[in-house]
Amino acid sequence: MRRSAADMHAARDELTELDRRIGDGDHGVNMDRGFAAVADRLDDDGVPPRETVAQVLRLVATTLMSTVGGASGPLYGTAFLHAARVTNRPDLDGAGVVALVEAAAEGITSRGRAAPGDKTMVDAWAPAVEAAEHAADGGDAVEVLRAAAAAAADGAEATVPMIATKGRASYLGPRSAGTEDPGARSTAMLLAAAVAAAGAD
Amino acid sequence: MTVDVGLVLVAHSAPMAQGTADLARQMAPDVVIRCAAGDEDGGLGTSLDRVQDALADALGAVDGVVVLADLGSAVLVVEAAFELDPALARRARLVSAPFVEGAVAAAVTAQQGAAREAVAESAEAAVHSIGPSPVLELVESSADDSPAPAGTHASGETVQAPGAPASGAADEATATAQIRNRLGLHARPAALLARSVADLGVPVTVDGADASSVLALMSLGTVAGQRVTVAARGTDAAGAVDVVVGMIEGGFGEE
Repeated sequence: MRRSAADMHAARDELTELDRRIGDGDHGVNMDRGFAAVADRLDDDGVPPRETVAQVLRLVATTLMSTVGGASGPLYGTAFLHAARVTNRPDLDGAGVVALVEAAAEGITSRGRAAPGDKTMVDAWAPAVEAAEHAADGGDAVEVLRAAAAAAADGAEATVPMIATKGRASYLGPRSAGTEDPGARSTAMLLAAAVAAAGAD
Repeated sequence: MTVDVGLVLVAHSAPMAQGTADLARQMAPDVVIRCAAGDEDGGLGTSLDRVQDALADALGAVDGVVVLADLGSAVLVVEAAFELDPALARRARLVSAPFVEGAVAAAVTAQQGAAREAVAESAEAAVHSIGPSPVLELVESSADDSPAPAGTHASGETVQAPGAPASGAADEATATAQIRNRLGLHARPAALLARSVADLGVPVTVDGADASSVLALMSLGTVAGQRVTVAARGTDAAGAVDVVVGMIEGGFGEE
């Protein structure tokens, strides 16, 4: 999560630019603010200690919901909230990572009701889930995360030619084609941050 | 009669939400209306905290609330708030409605002491007040053939109509019908009737109100047992009147 905060801060301008082209321009600022708040709360001694993955994810969920504006707050918030429900243990193995990614994606689709091809973050999450499920056959947590992150990155890039049918970008219609979906990009970045952090252990 | 249902208006713009609340209050002075608009800093956007505060504040004053949201992410924030607090969610109902028109319609219905579901229905039925609708004939004489501009009109207002319709004979027909519904032509039957009248393609009035307008029908304030006059003008006016009389006297499927 701290790695995510650092990465979201570094990517702030990039995400802002994407969102400026096909949205309302606040995605970079929102993600930076949200994850900065997450990092602050993780460092806060007054907050109860986190012993399980679920506790961390739930803290992330409520923080993001309260600090990230636009659709991303409730979407990412719900993703982390649902992921928290299936990760009530101190650490995760390969199967645990699959469960996390699946639950997060389910949170996104149940809240946002987008489908693959709508040009949203679902276009990164859906491939991430599929890749995680395949990698879990014999893969450990890091390998599953890596597969998920790579698939999310490919999925995000694949949104470039799509025409948005959901969210603020859908108001642009055909003019939304040619720009990567900012939510898909930030999803790919978050999963990449997880890989980097896991590899660093 | 007590006003037990309030409104929570969730939007990206605080001035817009406040203006909408002001409009709604003009017709509904006793209805509790709370706004949750703008991000944490008061700029454009939405805030879960504001939504949670507005819901808690409103539900401290009334039994239930109907929630309106402007653009998509406002809907998501409300749903997230509901997911985080299911007990609160049971007392609230998020509607899918045009923001301003829905808020006004909902407030009007709530002011009449209606239950939460009826208030929610009238918010959602407000979308029918926006679509293009046949214009009404105000002028008594049908001798005037000069064309006048046609177009959409705001619900509840009667406007000048074009002269004789472009094709077919200018039939006129009237009949009376007796309201069967316990609550008169309230939101649900008004919506059903308005939709059918819009499909008929002929201007129909009920006691002078545009029967293709949900708000106009509801504003009549009809009661059970009341006799109303149904009138139509245009091709097969008599057929249109028959349809409307049949619907009214059929009670719209309510007990």
